[in-house]
Parts: sequence; C-alpha cells; structure tokens
Amino acid sequence: MNARGKWAIVAIVAIVALGGTSAFAWSRWTERAAAAPGGAGIAGVGTWAGGDRIVFRNTAAGAGYGHVASVALADPGGARAVDEDVCDRLDATPTRLACIRSVRGIVPAATADLLAADGGVTSGWPLSGVPSRTRLSPSGDLVATTAFVSGHSYASAGFSTQTTIHRVDGTQLGDLEEWTLLVDRSPHTPIDRNYWGVTFVDDTSFYATVGMTASGTTSLVRGDVATRTLRTLTDNVECPSLSPDGTRIAFKRVTGGAPPAVHWSPAIYDIATGDISVLPESRSIDDQIEWLDDDTILYGVPRSDTPGDMDVWRLAADGSGAPSVLIAHAWSPAVVRG
Amino acid sequence: MYISLRTAPARREGRRPPGIRTVSSTVVTLGVVSLLTDISSESVAAVLPLYVTGMLGLSAVAFGVLDGLYQGVSALVRIGGGYASDRIGRPKWVAFSGYAVAAAARIGLLFASGFGALGLVVTADRIGKGIRTAPRDALITAASRPAELGQAFGVHRMLDNIGAALGPFLAFVILLVVPDGFEIVFAASLSFALIGVVLLGVVVPNLRTRPPDARGGSAGGVAGGIRARRARVRDLWRGPMRRVLVAAGILGMLTIGDGFVYLVLQARSGFAAQWFPLLYVGTNVAFLALAIPLGRLADRVGRARVFVLGHLGLLAAYVVAALAIDDIAATLLCLLFLGAFYAATDGVLAALAAQLSPPETRGTGIAAAQTVVAVSRFVSASMFGLLWVTLGREPATLLVAALLAVAIPAVAVLLRPLLRTVVS
Repeated sequence: MNARGKWAIVAIVAIVALGGTSAFAWSRWTERAAAAPGGAGIAGVGTWAGGDRIVFRNTAAGAGYGHVASVALADPGGARAVDEDVCDRLDATPTRLACIRSVRGIVPAATADLLAADGGVTSGWPLSGVPSRTRLSPSGDLVATTAFVSGHSYASAGFSTQTTIHRVDGTQLGDLEEWTLLVDRSPHTPIDRNYWGVTFVDDTSFYATVGMTASGTTSLVRGDVATRTLRTLTDNVECPSLSPDGTRIAFKRVTGGAPPAVHWSPAIYDIATGDISVLPESRSIDDQIEWLDDDTILYGVPRSDTPGDMDVWRLAADGSGAPSVLIAHAWSPAVVRG
Repeated sequence: MYISLRTAPARREGRRPPGIRTVSSTVVTLGVVSLLTDISSESVAAVLPLYVTGMLGLSAVAFGVLDGLYQGVSALVRIGGGYASDRIGRPKWVAFSGYAVAAAARIGLLFASGFGALGLVVTADRIGKGIRTAPRDALITAASRPAELGQAFGVHRMLDNIGAALGPFLAFVILLVVPDGFEIVFAASLSFALIGVVLLGVVVPNLRTRPPDARGGSAGGVAGGIRARRARVRDLWRGPMRRVLVAAGILGMLTIGDGFVYLVLQARSGFAAQWFPLLYVGTNVAFLALAIPLGRLADRVGRARVFVLGHLGLLAAYVVAALAIDDIAATLLCLLFLGAFYAATDGVLAALAAQLSPPETRGTGIAAAQTVVAVSRFVSASMFGLLWVTLGREPATLLVAALLAVAIPAVAVLLRPLLRTVVS
C-alpha cells in the first residue's frame, strides 16, 4: 500500500471515531436539553427547610438531577419538592443546609456551602478535592466536610482525604490531620493517616474514622474540639454515624473482599458495651449511614443498571427484617426533625 | 521547528545535507501515536475520581491501594516487552499489542459499572503501557541517526506530554458542556486510543532492529541464534550498561516522586493548595517545552552528562519546595525545575541506554534502564514516607536533597568513562 492509501485509512478511522463520538455527545446533549423544559418541576429555593422532612440529593433523570430535594418525614414515598440548589452530598437542620459540590470548569473545583432557609449562601469555602461526606452538628453550629484529594494520573501521588471542621460562619477549626492523634493514649503521627466520615455528638465532640493508607487499617476515633485531639477507640469501624439517642454507632464494616474491591456491610457498634453486630444486607454498602429513628438506618445504594442513579434504603437497626427502598432515585439522605 | 514530515523512514547518514536538523517522520508519527494515547488515558484519569464518587456512589479510598500493584506488574511486563521485541527483531508489533491492550481497556470502560471492573480496566491500561514503552523506544532508535538520538527522544517526549496536558483539558471541557457526560469522555478516550493504534499499525514502518540472521532468517528460531542472543542479554550487565543501570538506580532511590513535592508545596503555599490539580500540568508544560532543547544538548555534550546533571533540577526543586521563599514564585520555579529534570532524564536515559546496547538487545537494554528507574523510584517514595513520619516534612525533604547533592558527583565519577562519549 502506498503512503497515500495508508494515510487515507488513518483519516477514515479518525473521521468515523471522532464523528461517532461527536454524534454520541450531541445526542446526550439534546437529550438533556429536552429533559429540561425551563426547569419545570423545580419548586424554588429553601424548599427543604422547616423540619420533619428527609432532605436528599435527587438522582431521578431530568431537569432536577443532582438537585436538593425533600419529602415529608411522615410520607417518604410521597411527592418530592425539588430545590434549585445542586449538591453532591448534604446534611441539614430545619434552618440550615450543608452542601458540598463540585464546580464544573476547565480547572475542576469543589466547594462547601452553607445555605440558610431562604436559600442564600451564608458562608462557603473551597474544598481541595472531590466532595465525599458532610455532617452538621445537632445544633447546626459546626460542619464537617471530607474531600478526596486525588492528585492526577490514577492517583500516582497516592490517595488522601482531607477532613476539616468549620463553624457555620466559615471559621476553620482545622484539618484533622493537624490535630493530635492518640493511639492507646500516646501521640502518634503516621504520615499516611487519613480522616473521613465525621459524626457529631454535640458542639464539642464527634466520632470519625482514621485510616492508614499503607496498611489499609481503619479505626474509630473520638475527637475533642477544645483540645484538638483524637483518640482511637476500636478497629474496623469505618464511616460512623451516631444514633439519635447517642448509644450506638452505625457504620460500614469490611466483611469480605480485598482492596480495591472491598465488601462493606452495615453494622452497629454499641458504645457502652463495645459489641458489634453486622446487619443482614448482602450488598456492599459504601455510604455514611443516616438514622431514620432509633430503630432504623438509611443508606444509599447505587443502581447497577444506571450509573449515576441511586436509591435510599432502610434497614432495621436490630437486624430484624430485610432492607427495602424508602426513597427511590435519591442519595445522601438527611433526616431533619423539629 | 526541527520536525519534518517526510515519509522516508530512517535516512542514511551520508545522504542528508549537513546542518539541517530533522528527525525521522517515524519518530514524529510515534510521537503523535503517544500524543493520542495520552489524550486517551489522561482524560479518563482526570475524571475517574469524580466518576467513581459521583456516578458510581463509591468512596475512592481504594485508589491508593491500586497504585502499588501497578508498579510491580508494570516493571515485569516492561522487561518482557523489551525482550520480546529483541527476540522478534521487529519491535513494531510488540508495541502495537501494548497500545491495543490499552485501547481494548477503553471499550471495557464504557461498560464497567463497579469498582472491581474499573480496577481491571485501569490495570489493563497500565499493562499496555508497560508492554509498549521499550519496543517503542527501540523503534525510535532504529528510525533515528545515532548522533541525533537525544533530539529524536526529545521530539517524542514533547508530543507525548502535549497529549498528557490536552487530555484533562478535553475531559473537563466535555463535562462543562454536558454535565455528568462521563460516557462522552470515555467514548472520546476510546476514539483517540483507536486512532493512535491504527496510526501505529498502518503508518509506522515495521523496522528491523537487528540484521537478519545469517542462517535461516529471523523467524528461524535456530538454537544457536537464541543462545547467542541470551549471551548478549547477559552482556548488558557486563558492558558499560552496568554503570548506567547502577547510576540510574542510585539516583532513582533519591527521586521521591512529584506527588510528594506537590504535597510539600501544598502544605507550605496557599497558591499551590488552590491550584493542586494544575501542578502536574505545570510540570508537564515545562517538560514538553524543554524536551527538545535538552535532548539536543545531550546529543552535543553527551547523554550521560545531561542525565546526571539533570538531577540538579530535581535537587533545586527539593530545595525550593522545602524552603518556600515566596508562594507563587517558589511554586512556579519548583515546577520549572521538575519539568527540566524530566526533560533532561526521561528521553535522555532511553537514548543513553539505546546508545550503549547493541541492536540485538536494545529493547531489553532500554527496558532494563526504565525498570531500574521505576522500581528505585517506587522504593524511594515508600522510604520517603517513613522519613516524613520520623523527621517531618521539610527536614525529610532537605535530607533527601543533601543525599542527592552527594550522589550527583558520586554518580558523575561512576559514569566518567561515559561522560565524554558523545556518540557511540
């Protein structure tokens, strides 16, 4: 074959491949545009406020995808109010919403924003990575955020998380990696320690996970805001969530698999006795659990058939009964009472 | 520019007019293949964390674990790729298989939905990279005049890095236009990989890296020929290559990886923290801008010399990162030094290894040098982690800098027999 013929083959392949990609992109773009007729179905701002609601991220396809939405606590299967605001993960009190979101752009960015009931942003700060977890303290005065700091190139810089605690006015109380970590009561500073998944007890203390990248071990820590210390309590209790009565911690426990395909099961840690019970859920659960009430936990499960769509499931905290869908097409639930 | 797009493959030395600086069109084509492949892999790499957390609803914790795995697999496969291309005597199709594996992995990406599947895709991508690197560099060598090998590798690495810089840009533009359009990014990635593979397969000539065997031809597999080849592989360790491998190993042990340098910068500088995702791009841009000039310099003053002195760039980057004079200036300076370090060592080491190994074992020789670098850098990064714990961030960095300051002259002494060799 002569040189011209060879280049013709390359040109044809290039045109077909890039043309196909463009056509695919165009169809996706028009699909999206058609699904968004002037934002119909979006109720306004601050629709989540007031309490006695479950606030979550709406993952139903269409104009409201990714938006904050809420349903009445008394009728979780009922109609959802879709808000104008968009969040990747969220937590809420009756008057405040903690929203962490990635901001699209040539240089990707992410922010944590605190929203008031009127929908206005009262404070916000940049996150140095992909948004992962956020929790407000019960009073709503403290907010914790976790972001994945992924360098580049399949994370050749190594994986790390950054977990920070802020006051609602935006004052930073610190990156947890700057705090003192006490392992068996003595200070410990492994380089590869990472923190994630804060759950607040009150405005002075909280639980979180410390994980060591090299060994792959995780521990439950209790943090003290005043002294900026973190104390390890027990191993393999990851992504804690404190029950409303403050007696138990729901978490995800490694019950099988090997990194990177770890199998996590929802489990309950009894703070007083240290007992751990793994709940009957056969799927791997990779979420920070939320409590619906003292007897029921909630967590998100991605739909295997549709990337980007998830459901919020409920499961009895005492292990009785099977999991069932509470809210379809929903993610990152926050149960707000009051 | 020094690039000419002529269709003639390797030109004979005597025929070309003196003074015209051109590289073979085969080198340019291989550079464009790498550019397309890098657009493909880096566009996916840039959005993968977002995709895993946002679309798959998984926490990205496991990414760190994957990385250690790659290093080992990639090193083994790399030697295999180099050796296979020497055995066959025509590296093109070995390199092709590496590019094809990576392209096939992109098809998997369109259908992968869980983390396990995603891990497989990423691993296949890395294996493909391991297979193709040494045979491709052997092809570049076969297509270039020995006197201009450094420049040829410079041209290739520049094009390669343009792709690495364009990939993330393309991905984020797609996500900007079509929010959550990850499948479009994956489809685009597959397209670019496919074009790269076809370009390599159809346009790049199937160059021989060694003369056909006297008895029975290259495909004969005559036992005597194989024995001779094995003996030559052993010669790698006996000849001047031994010095290069030891030198690369020593210097690699003191190369902690840009990831750590970025983390030091991030901790010290508000500017670096804010632009963390772009630090890598900054280093890339410096690398691609300096790849050709430093490659040409290596051709002129000696490749071993530029390779060793290039580590002064690394040393400067460590010192600037640890001392953090002024936020923005220090960060930019640090990236410039890092880019200069890569430009003076990456392609130049391949050129040096190619220059020092006979055509029959060139693939293995290049692969050996690159494997030594990869493995020693991995060990270095792990050990630096320990130093960071015991000494703290800046003291650890300065300690490695001090060791490097001692190692550079020591390695220069080790390589002294090679320092004056400009062209083999």
